[in-house]
Order: sequence, then C-alpha cells, then structure tokens
Amino acid sequence: MAEERAAAFTRRSIKTSAKLEGLRLVVSMMDLTTLEGSDTPGKIAFLCRKAMQPLDPRYQVPSCAAVCVYPNLVRIAKKFLEHSSVKVASVATAFPAGLMPTKLKLREVRGAVRDGANEIDMVINRARFLAGEYERVFDEIAATREACGVAHLKVILETGELQTYDNVRLACEIAMRAGADFIKTSTGKISPAATMPVTLVMLEAIRDYFYETGIRIGMKPAGGIRTAKEALAYLAMVKETLGDDWLTPDLFRFGASTLLNDVLMQLVKAVDANYQSADYFSLP
Amino acid sequence: MSRRRPNSSQFAVVDRNGEPNGRPIAKRRLDFGERWSYAPALEANSYIKLRNRYQLFINGRFVPPKSGDYFDSINPATEEKLAEIGSANEKDVDLAVKAARRAYKNVWSKMRGRERGKYLFRIARLIQEKARELAVLETMDGGKTIKESRDIDLPLVAAHFFYYAGWADKLEYAFPGRKAQPLGVAGQIIPWNFPLLMAAWKLAPALAGGNTCVLKPAETTSITALHLAQILQEAELPDGVVNILTGAGETGSALVNHADIDKIAFTGSTEVGKRIASATAGTKKKLTLELGGKAANIIFEDAAIDQAVEGIIAGIYFNQGHVCCAGSRLFVQESIFSNVIRKLRDRISTLRLGNPLDKNTDIGAINSRAQLDKICELVDSGLKQGAQLVQSRARLPAKGFWYPPSFFTGVTASHRVAQEEIFGPVLSVMTFRTPEEAIARANNTPYGLSAGVWTDKGSKIFKIVSQLRAGVVWANTYNKFDPSSPFGGYKESGFGREGGRHGLLPYLALS
Repeated sequence: MAEERAAAFTRRSIKTSAKLEGLRLVVSMMDLTTLEGSDTPGKIAFLCRKAMQPLDPRYQVPSCAAVCVYPNLVRIAKKFLEHSSVKVASVATAFPAGLMPTKLKLREVRGAVRDGANEIDMVINRARFLAGEYERVFDEIAATREACGVAHLKVILETGELQTYDNVRLACEIAMRAGADFIKTSTGKISPAATMPVTLVMLEAIRDYFYETGIRIGMKPAGGIRTAKEALAYLAMVKETLGDDWLTPDLFRFGASTLLNDVLMQLVKAVDANYQSADYFSLP
Repeated sequence: MSRRRPNSSQFAVVDRNGEPNGRPIAKRRLDFGERWSYAPALEANSYIKLRNRYQLFINGRFVPPKSGDYFDSINPATEEKLAEIGSANEKDVDLAVKAARRAYKNVWSKMRGRERGKYLFRIARLIQEKARELAVLETMDGGKTIKESRDIDLPLVAAHFFYYAGWADKLEYAFPGRKAQPLGVAGQIIPWNFPLLMAAWKLAPALAGGNTCVLKPAETTSITALHLAQILQEAELPDGVVNILTGAGETGSALVNHADIDKIAFTGSTEVGKRIASATAGTKKKLTLELGGKAANIIFEDAAIDQAVEGIIAGIYFNQGHVCCAGSRLFVQESIFSNVIRKLRDRISTLRLGNPLDKNTDIGAINSRAQLDKICELVDSGLKQGAQLVQSRARLPAKGFWYPPSFFTGVTASHRVAQEEIFGPVLSVMTFRTPEEAIARANNTPYGLSAGVWTDKGSKIFKIVSQLRAGVVWANTYNKFDPSSPFGGYKESGFGREGGRHGLLPYLALS
C-alpha cells in the first residue's frame, strides 16, 4: 500500500495559484547542495549567490533554505551567507560512508559547527545497523546530537542501502529518539536516493513520533528529485500526511541542486505564461 | 550486542532541552487546514455531446420506446437534468428478446470463436480510444469522482473486454475434455455503482461464449450504457447481438419474466435478487446473482498499521462506499484500537469531497436522493442505538446529494449498522481479542461476498482466510480487481462467479 499511496500523490493536479504558491514554497525549502571532491571556494560562491537570490526580484521568489557543503568549505559559505537568511548546512561524520571512528566523526562535527555551520547532516553507520547493532547506531546519533550544540541535526539514513521499509522505519525511530531534528533519506551518492514511498514511510514514522511525544521532527528527501512536478507531489504528500504545520522550511527540506532551475522555469512560466530557454536561468 | 530487532520503545527519547525549532509541545493534533490549498483542477467536459433524448437500443438501432414514456436522468452532483431516457415496457422487452434470439440463431452462435473474438477486441480498443470521454460521462451521470472513473473504471472496462476476447476462440481449452456450448439469450440486469464496468462484466463473457444479450442498466445510470451501444455500432457488431433496454424495476421484471430467455444474470440488492430467484424458479432459465455484502476488514495488532489504514480507507470510501464488496465492518484488535481510530480520524479529514469532475476530489456525490435517504436512515439508527459517529468536517456543496466520510465506534454485532448494508461512506468499527473471535465475528453475517485481512505474519493470513466464508478475501490490500480473477459470493451475497475462466461458466453448457 505504501507504493500505491505514494503514487496517488503524483496524480494530485496542482494548478494555477496552487502551483505558483507551491513552487515558491519548494524554493524556500531547498537545501542547495554541492558535495563533490572537486568543490572549491569559487564553486561555493556560485552556489551561495544563487541560494540567496534564485531569480530576478520581480518574480518574488524567496531564498533557498540552506546551502549544503563539505565541512572544509563551511567557513567560505558562511562568509557569503552571513548576512542573509540562508543557513549553512554541512555534511559531517565521514560522509558519505560514515565508517570513521566515532571520535573522529565527532571532531569533524564540532569543527563544522565552530566554522559556522547552522545545520549538520550526519550519516548513520549502515554497516552497524544492518549487523543489528542498533544501540551503537543510537549512541552515535545521540553523541553527534550533543556535539552539534545549537546546530540542528539532520540524520541521513541512506535508505538505498537499508533497502526494506521495515529497516527504514526502524532507522527513523532510532534517529528520532536519539535526538534528530530532521531525518533525511539519502546522501545522493547511492542509487536509489529519495523515492516517494520511502519518504512516505518516513513521514509516517514522524507522525507516530508526534502522536507519541508531541515533538515535530523535520523531513528531508535528498537526491533524485529533479523536476518541479515531482517536488509538488512531495509537497502534496507532506500536506496530506502530516498536515499544514509541516509546510515550512523549518520542518521540510529538499536536498537538491538541479531541481532549482526546473522549479524556477515553471515559476516564470506560471507568472509570464510562456516558457523561457534554460539559457536564461543562471547555473548554481 | 543483541541481534534481536528492537522494539522502538526500547530507545528512550533523548532530552532535547525543550522543543526543537522553538515550538512548544502542546497539542498532538495534526492540522489539515487551508495552508497551500489546491486550486480547482476541473476535467474538461465542454466537448461532451449529450443527446436530449436517449432511445432504446434494439436490433442494432436506436428506437423510441413503445410506450412513448421517458424519464429524466440527472447529475447527482448538481441535480441538473442531463437527458431523457426511454422507458422500456413489455413490448420493447419482447422486441429485444426476439432480436437477440434471431441474432443468436442466425449469426452469433454460428460464428467461429475467432471471429467473435475479433469483435470483442475491436470493442475493447474503441473503449480505450474513447476512455476519457466515457469516464467524464460516467462521472457526470453517476456522481463518482473523475479520478476513479478515469483510473479504475474505464481501464478495467477495456481490460475485461480484452480478457474475454482472448477466451472466445479457446473455449475448448478452458474446460479440457468437455464441449462448451452457448446457452442462448441472456437477460442481464446491472446496478448503478459501476455502470460501464458492470456492463462489461456481463457482456464480455456472454459474448465470448457465443450468447446474445439483452442488457438493462440501472435507472439512474443509463447514459453510458447507451454510449456503449454507439461503440457496438461502430464496431459493426451484428444487429441484435446486444440490445440495451433502459427503464426502472418494471423493465427488469419484464425481462426476467420473458419466456424466451435462457439465462438471467443480476447484480444488485439482495432483496431484488431474492425476487428474481423466485421468479426464475421452475423455469429453464439459468441464474447467477451477485448481491449485497457486509464485508469484514480485520486488522491484527501485528499489521503495518499505516498501510492497513490506507486499506480501510480504500475499502469503505472507494466510490462513496457504493461498492458491494466494501469493507464496511472493521474489526480491530483491541490492543491497537485507539491508535487505529486516531489515524482513521486524521485520514478522513484529508479526504476531499466535492465536484466529482475536479481531479483532486476523493469523495464524489451519492448516486441518488433515495440512496442518500437510505444512508441517513441507517446512520440515524446507529446513533439511536448508541454508537458514536465520527465524521469528516468536509463542507458539503449546497446542491446535489452528499454524505461526508464517516465511521461509527462503539458498534456491536447487534447494531443495525453492523448487520445491514449501508452502501455509503459509513464504516462500522468493532473490536476483537483473538483470531478465533475475529473469524467468528467476521462470519456472523448473512452475507459473504468479500473480506480483508491485515497482518505482517504470513502464516496467520493462510490460517484466517481459509476459515472466512467470503468469495473474495484480500490480504494486506483491498478492493483490487482484475479481469482474470473470479469474483462472487457465498450465502445471501449470491452465487456464480464473474471474471476469470470461472466467469465463462455461467454462460456455457458443458457436455
């Protein structure tokens, strides 16, 4: 039923005013991401500028939620974003495999926070999870939570490696109980990354946790969402699973980069009533 | 290190020094409100050409009814008149049966199966080509949502014709070692809940088997059957092979009582089914009945609860609950009762009720005022007998026939709402403690059409389903249909099977 239910959201017909409002919301929820070995300060400059002002002001497009980079570039990103509303997010904890000793991972987290990261995207240790060592997975998340201090913690489950919905569901429970502010599907380095059924299962876990504790945990599907149409289907899924309270960048994010320009293209079309060539949209 | 899969509650919630994002921990209610509400997304219907008057379809032609009487067909979502429909009387029935008899004798029974199959394939393809138009018509005439008529009804209609087209030239393989002969003229009476789909369920196997048909659609949903007649003309189906007579109960009764009918197939209420059974008793007419239901949907504590909730929703609110196999009795294991109810409550508040032509509408209009009255009467009885009603707060349109998605808790087996078929978006929730109790309660009904079981434990599924007295049992899903899968009931839900190889049997004499 999870696949069936998820597919139902792709058939929601989001038109006219709802489309325009939805697309603006999607932009405001975007963690504009670059996680390449080849990332340089120059590349980060492009990304930050784009995140702060995705489109000409007359389209009234909000800035993105955050820019997500490797820890070594946090300081650079912070310099660009300091006086904007855009947050600096950093992957840490030996991204993407998460296989370094915990002590080193925590040191990496503390360093990123010290350099100015507002949000830490950690990866869980999938090897330990699949080996059944759930307490160690829990403890590591809890320790990372502590190392984050005031920074928000997003916990990447890497659902493509967990494979079953049962595993995803259990990993969600562990992450939420251990102190995650957000749970996140994927690193983007493994295929499949975010899918709608997996995101739905995670949203349902968030819902149960809210019922139980009253605490609202955020959700971040990442990787693989490339079109505005898909993004709107995700929004419909959030709205109809968790309700209006989650329709905010405080509780829902998209981890993406190529998605942004497709959303902007649809936005311009919705405002001007005609499509523009991709050449008119600056690359992040 | 323990390798056992932990229960989530083994992990204590880490102290967060208050609430993340500075939100207070207060109410634990989800808010399904108006933020980012979907704009109207109406399916276009301006191109639909409705006739002012629809005539009877006899011997390949549209002819006026002998009585000269017509009745109005209205759109239940707006109460606007769509068209006038001819009302067939005994004389029209006689003409139609005679036409069917001639076509049977001279053409259809002599035709090779391969040729009959070609016609059925052609009909199936034409239905596919006109699927969207037919879906819009189905929605306008019957009140069901465009989402369902487009994604469920019409694809299944075409699939049914395709499936039985394939059997037309393979009857000798269907029942090895036995010779299959058609019965002759079949009188077929169908209900208003799935007008085209029920027509397909009736016509396709009858035609594949070499029979000719006189079909009577339900009074409130005649229009799409007559558009189907137009498709039969376009497919150049020989005259008289299918005749379609519109009218109310008297038309059906005239058809049932016509002396030259070999077979009656009826889908509808148990009450009418019983009358048909006594009318055909002692005649040569073979009979199949697909009648009412009061299906049990059983949710065990080890089920995937969120998935089960989706199954409950699909089970009872699909097509406004106008489904004979609707999962209208929900049995929840006591240990998970409050959790399931909370989720159900939240889920029904996300169901969008309104214009059935809006692509985002989940709950359409009730098919007729009479049906709405019946639903209201039964809900009143539930309240009077002390059950608690939970209803979505969906705003009901001012015009048309509407009922919000609802469920009763505090229901026991002696409540009328637990016994009688409501045929509307109203669920009766009851509890059980052990599998044995669940089986006993599920079987405690005069009906036996369908049931659902939800558990993650495979062995439990097999144990339970073998003891449920129901024609169709779904495990960890609900309301799934496929032309290759037989459908039909036990006890007062009728007899005979439709769909699959079994669906050929009621239309064949084996020797």
